[in-house]
Amino acid sequence: MSQLFGIGDIVRVIDAHPPGHRRTPYYCRGKKGKIERVCGEHRNPEELAYGFDGKPLRRLYRVRFNQSDIWGHYDGPTQDTIDIDIYEHWLRSAE
Amino acid sequence: MTNETEKQEPDHGHSHGDLDADAHALEHIHDHDRQFQPDLEDTPPTRYELMVYAIRELLIEKGHVTQEEITKARNTLESWQPSRGAEIVARAWTDPDFKKRLLTDGNEAMADFGVDAGGAKLTVLENTDEVQNVVVCTLCSCYPRAVLGLPPDWYRSKAYRARVVVEPRKVLKEFGTEIPDEVTVRVHDSLADLRYLVIPKRPAGTEDWSQEQLAEIVTRDSMVGVTNPKAL
Repeated sequence: MSQLFGIGDIVRVIDAHPPGHRRTPYYCRGKKGKIERVCGEHRNPEELAYGFDGKPLRRLYRVRFNQSDIWGHYDGPTQDTIDIDIYEHWLRSAE
Repeated sequence: MTNETEKQEPDHGHSHGDLDADAHALEHIHDHDRQFQPDLEDTPPTRYELMVYAIRELLIEKGHVTQEEITKARNTLESWQPSRGAEIVARAWTDPDFKKRLLTDGNEAMADFGVDAGGAKLTVLENTDEVQNVVVCTLCSCYPRAVLGLPPDWYRSKAYRARVVVEPRKVLKEFGTEIPDEVTVRVHDSLADLRYLVIPKRPAGTEDWSQEQLAEIVTRDSMVGVTNPKAL
């Protein structure tokens, strides 16, 4: 499986709300962040949750978001961040 | 019994009446004034507890597991204590090469301590003068159990999970941890296959301490990132 993103790439989490077991929290959907690291390939928890084998494997990234990009009303310093582990199929390039 | 007692009452005379009054007073206290903490069994089992009991019974009945294996697995889970994480942090504080290995590949380095996280990717975060890392799982209660044991109740609470991502500085303050504005607060939402362990900042005044002494001041909460160890 070719790797779609590298460290430092700007990505956007897709803004979709499919039913089922999803490990991408609502609050980051549609938001823009930066790839912090690539975390290897793992069995897909969205499939594992229903007793399937979790294949094909999905590449996992750690995406760093500015708190102020996630919450319009964040009242801490602008450099504060939140890091979320997100699977490749939830990410699109936002370069 | 009751009838006999009643029949005998006249013979006992005045004193019996007093006892009655006392018993009544005790009953009164029991019923209205004392608050008893409910026992585990006093509240009805939830739907999920019932499902767990049912599934356990079925698995045993069908010969997939034995009760002995379940007890053994539970004992293993409960034997994992935060002291394991504290030893790892103390070594990272005193052994730069080990710290480097930890930050590069947590699973590989923690195997030195017999930690087996199964399929989870142990990811180690270092607090510095510039960064305070804080860990949460907003979706459930993902926690580095293999290193820290079972998560505390507050970690699983809705209040912590909902608030620490939105107002981390306020939540940390409630733990007694004040973070200056020039320090970056970095929240980590542990959702899928990563499990986080924070290496807190080694406090000043511990330069000549042994690894064992250091391990004693590394608390569970400091390895989640909500407090910072202090030199005692």
